[in-house]
Amino acid sequence: MSATDIHDPNRRDFLYVATGMAAVVGAGAVAWPFIDQMRPDASTLALASVEVDVASLTPGMSLIVKWRGKPVVVRNRTEKEMKDGEAVNLSDLKDPIARNANLPADAPATDANRTTPGKEAWMVMVQVCTHLGCIPLGQEGDFGGWFCPCHGSQYDTAGRIRKGPAPENMAVPVFKFISDTKILIG
Amino acid sequence: MSEGHSTYTPKTGIERWFDARMPLPRMVYDSFIAYPVPRNLNYAWTFGGILAIMLVAQILTGIVLAMHYTADTNLAFGSVEKIMRDVNSGWLLRYMHANGASFFFIAVYIHIFRGLYYGSYKAPRELLWILGCIIYLLMMATGFMGYVLPWGQMSFWGATVITGFFSAIPLVGDWIQQLLLGGFAVDNPTLNRFFALHYLLPFMIAGVVVLHVWALHVVGQSNPTGIEVKSKTDTVAFTPYATIKDAFGMIVFLFFFAYFVFYLPNYLGHPDNYTVANPLKTPAHIVPEWYFLPFYAILRAITFNIGPINSKLGGVLCMFGAIVMLFLVPWLDTSKVRSAVYRPWYKLFFWLFVADAILLGWLGSQPAEGSYVFMAQMATLFYFAFFLVALPVLGLIETPRRLPNSITEAVLEKNKGGSGHPAGATAAPETKG
Repeated sequence: MSATDIHDPNRRDFLYVATGMAAVVGAGAVAWPFIDQMRPDASTLALASVEVDVASLTPGMSLIVKWRGKPVVVRNRTEKEMKDGEAVNLSDLKDPIARNANLPADAPATDANRTTPGKEAWMVMVQVCTHLGCIPLGQEGDFGGWFCPCHGSQYDTAGRIRKGPAPENMAVPVFKFISDTKILIG
Repeated sequence: MSEGHSTYTPKTGIERWFDARMPLPRMVYDSFIAYPVPRNLNYAWTFGGILAIMLVAQILTGIVLAMHYTADTNLAFGSVEKIMRDVNSGWLLRYMHANGASFFFIAVYIHIFRGLYYGSYKAPRELLWILGCIIYLLMMATGFMGYVLPWGQMSFWGATVITGFFSAIPLVGDWIQQLLLGGFAVDNPTLNRFFALHYLLPFMIAGVVVLHVWALHVVGQSNPTGIEVKSKTDTVAFTPYATIKDAFGMIVFLFFFAYFVFYLPNYLGHPDNYTVANPLKTPAHIVPEWYFLPFYAILRAITFNIGPINSKLGGVLCMFGAIVMLFLVPWLDTSKVRSAVYRPWYKLFFWLFVADAILLGWLGSQPAEGSYVFMAQMATLFYFAFFLVALPVLGLIETPRRLPNSITEAVLEKNKGGSGHPAGATAAPETKG
């Protein structure tokens, strides 16, 4: 084989291309674990669901549990709060979508759709303002629901945004009643 | 400028030995002794040197603090308190580091405004300017992550709000946010990676500073007239003229710095950060460090949806866009004249822009309600108008004042003018040029 024969692919060309390909694939394979390690690790994911005993909650009482590092409020709503929530006209809502992880993504934000069937008194909701992530205060504000002290967002008794800069209703996480007094969140 | 015509002559045997193997003494001599600088530089030009010592001070105090700090959500707050109370001189080192960050930003803002006023970003200094913008971005990332480490209430909620920006990105936003946090909320993995990156980034800044200085030494310094150096009489040697002027500027700057460290150590901080982070309780009023306030005001000014972009994403885009503007300045400014000294209209708009930036900073510290929101919207509008309208248009319609023929002529004219003061230490005798 002549070194001057540049038109025919020779062994050097093959080695050149093969080395280049190996370098590209290798660089990608090496880069991935460096990115992958940044994702939530196994111990973080292991806390992805929590069980809550709500036997002690009489109407008008709430408790807050930490789920995925965020506060989740479980509230046994009063008759008045439920009535207030049901009385709201859907067209008055800033965000007409239920934001309920247990329902289809386009479910309308009715009071019932913010809760779970048969347990309409119970609000289970990530108590994090959808504006910039502050924790709203419960049973405050013009609508008797939640009030965010950071930038003045106001939520109603079903946790729907009614006034202020927040764009969305507070999120309802995946949850279910595993018995009459126990809730599994996540 | 100094490339290619080194005037260094090794005198001793050791110098000759080095010069033949690794000419480091030659590089130092050419860059910091014989290097010619424009003879009319004023004190605004001392901030480059001031920034260099602030970076070194931050790295030194930071390394020492890292020896006593523990990056764990259960221990971080306590370890910082231990530094303050138990570690010998720990209080001093921590106050130097915390206030050093603030003074680093004071110096960089003066440095940036100096560049804007005197048109230092114009050809051939575009790359020099962009490297500076990259340093500024790295400084912001470093400052933000450093503020998270004490694990106080503002640390935690500042981190929550700022990483929350990324969730505004359509489709991949939540995935990116979880990637940054290492979880679903700010927690131990977040603190650990922020500590690792807070330790790394200053060294990356130092690397870009080397490039920044390299680019500076290729194109040479700009000067208050904005006229390029034309002859040897336009320059003086870096040592002693610039060395002593920079040193004097540094000492005065460090006096202010020391005053804050010893008498107002917490003035620029926030009392809420002396409360340990509580993920279940938000402070009544979240504010970032003072040096982010103008951008925070821009973020919150966007309270309305713009077409398909909701208010949250719009705010984030405007905030990042405010920084992107800086990168584009060399091409937005259409004027052939560099210095605002000879541009009456640009000078006016420059000072309006300074006032606007300060106003935005103040608005960023106020609650986002009532008339503050409207003021922030107007100030944001002016911020972008300065870059996107004033810079391009003024260059086309403004009649600049007559430019002197050379730096030397400008200096002599100023001395003759009898304004009562010789042009300061900048006007070195011509014969010494």
